[in-house]
Amino acid sequence: MSDRQPTTDRGRIRIVGFDDAAEQKRDSDASSDTADAAGTTADPSIASRGATGIDPTTASTSASAFAQPGRRLENAWRRFRRNRSAMAGLAVIIVMAVLAVFARPITVSTAEVTITLQPFSLAPDDPTAMFVGPPNAPPSLAHPFGTDWAGRDQFSRVLVGGRYTLSIGLVAVALALCVGVQLGAIAGYFGGWIDEAIMRVVDVLYAFPFLVLAIAIVPILEPVPILGSGYWTVVVALAVTGWVGYARLIRGEVLSVREREYVTAARALGVPDRTIIRRHVVPNAIAPVVVQATLNVGTVVLTAAALGFLGLGLEPGSAEWGAMLAQGRSSLLRGDWHVTVFPGLAIFLFVLAINLVGDGINDALEPDRDGRDDRRRMR
Amino acid sequence: MSLGRYVGRRLAITVPVLVGVTALTFSFVHLLPGDAVDAIVGFRDVSAETEAAIRAEYHLDQPVWDQYLLWLRDAITLEFGESPVTGRDVSATIGRRLPATLALGGAAWLLALAIGIPAGIVTAVSAGKPADEVGRLAALAGIATPNFWLGLILLFVFSVRLGWFRVLPPDAPLVSLATVKFLVLPTITLGTAAAALVMRLLRSSMRRELDAPYVTAARARGLPERTVILKHVLRNAFLPVVTVAGLQLAFLVDGAVVVEGIFSWPGMGRLLVRSILRRDYPVIQAIVLVIGIAIVLANLLVDIIYAILDPRIRY
Repeated sequence: MSDRQPTTDRGRIRIVGFDDAAEQKRDSDASSDTADAAGTTADPSIASRGATGIDPTTASTSASAFAQPGRRLENAWRRFRRNRSAMAGLAVIIVMAVLAVFARPITVSTAEVTITLQPFSLAPDDPTAMFVGPPNAPPSLAHPFGTDWAGRDQFSRVLVGGRYTLSIGLVAVALALCVGVQLGAIAGYFGGWIDEAIMRVVDVLYAFPFLVLAIAIVPILEPVPILGSGYWTVVVALAVTGWVGYARLIRGEVLSVREREYVTAARALGVPDRTIIRRHVVPNAIAPVVVQATLNVGTVVLTAAALGFLGLGLEPGSAEWGAMLAQGRSSLLRGDWHVTVFPGLAIFLFVLAINLVGDGINDALEPDRDGRDDRRRMR
Repeated sequence: MSLGRYVGRRLAITVPVLVGVTALTFSFVHLLPGDAVDAIVGFRDVSAETEAAIRAEYHLDQPVWDQYLLWLRDAITLEFGESPVTGRDVSATIGRRLPATLALGGAAWLLALAIGIPAGIVTAVSAGKPADEVGRLAALAGIATPNFWLGLILLFVFSVRLGWFRVLPPDAPLVSLATVKFLVLPTITLGTAAAALVMRLLRSSMRRELDAPYVTAARARGLPERTVILKHVLRNAFLPVVTVAGLQLAFLVDGAVVVEGIFSWPGMGRLLVRSILRRDYPVIQAIVLVIGIAIVLANLLVDIIYAILDPRIRY
């Protein structure tokens, strides 16, 4: 495959109608965008159905897949940008990520040299340093979020704790996507006994609730040496439990995509199956998975925090938001509310922001699929 | 496909899943690092006689395949042996705690429906208006609130500060006024996120139904809007809500694991967490098996109910 630029008139075969449809799609997209902005309810699909002889849904999907791969994303971004609550969520996530990165200096040290990657330090104290203030002190100027039972500065711990939470959410979801999308796409594309085998495994894992499964996996993973600290135990446990949702979802999408003309055409041209899956099937089936993955970052973060809260995975005393709440019950009963309120507020803000962004992506990618994601949010 | 054939097919799919669930639960002890005996006794030093006795009791001296079948035979008769940590009978322990979890989960589920359904109807009918936007944000807030945090805050405000509720469960039977009163806070904690999910799901499925031609027809014939919404739209919009009942169960179980600990509620979730921390593997195994089978059966039931409610569904 030397020709990386996808065109509609490859070789001697010219696929009639695609270019028209692509133009039509662009026009209708543009008109629907302006129509949305103006608040009217013009239906572009009716116009395009009247203009072209072919089924507009198939044509527009194939057109956006072949003619202008970047076009769909561009339109989606335009729609996303107009969504005020989604942009607010994105802003919150960016601010939290920046705060987490610049909370404490990041250094990489080998045997002799120590390289400082990030010299800034927004957090006033080392999150693990004990007795930088009196224990259980209420919020004050020196310690804006107060101190916990060991006299550690809560403000520093909440800032640094963002590193755990944000990275666990991203890495676990990315790992789960790698496994789930591949297996789901293979199951859906090939069907038959491959499908049966993969989907029965998915069904079995689906029988266990997310958190219960993660709890049961932690003691299995904990002593594995390469996983080292509790961090990777948590990430792997969440990825192992998380991939089934993506597999099930993309399989369903692939089942309909593989019946499309362009897949049949590619197969007739002798394109190998793995190329068809990678270049034609997955890109056209991925949209709902992207939505779910975004929302799942929230679920994964909540589950990771629950694991930390229960004292599983990460070492006790880690500056992870959930683990910081593990002592919360006893401090609350003593009346020290600040130990509990701030880490919980941080989790809440982040998950809320992720959900706003996920909803925004959903509306931007699939305007007509209002709320299809809700049943998926439970996993 | 007739309903009978559909149910038959659905049952046929369930059997391999149940086998998989039991096999996965069975292999849990064997996936743990080290010898299975170590895992069962919680990595303590035991005498050679005890070890031999455990090997015989758990059939560890036989091939894995036979071990699984023997374990399955015991599991079907609810024979999980004794907990090596507490020395109590595992089935009896779970049996004692199951009602508490069922009571809490059932109450939370009812609360979720009681809040989620009306809120879903209101937001769907007033789409685009302020009520819809408020409902949307409230639902997102409900989903984003960590249940353990909500539980702690409620416990602090209403039990510690205001003293309206007890901090620890009363020493009273499950069906008594004191217990019901105590369950208020755990139920709210567990039910909030579930209510938000029900609401969002019902809202989106109602939005879809409201665009259907039969709604226009009903309105055109002069039916009062109330009748159109409650009698026609709601009935059809309920179907997607019914399908997620199995997922709801899984969701509530997850929540119970955390919430029971906060309110010291003597249920299965708290037992699971405690068993994990104590490395009490036979108990973990039994709880995970009970949960897994309950969810498989719930999903089966939901699919059958769905097929009865909606005759179009015959996959």
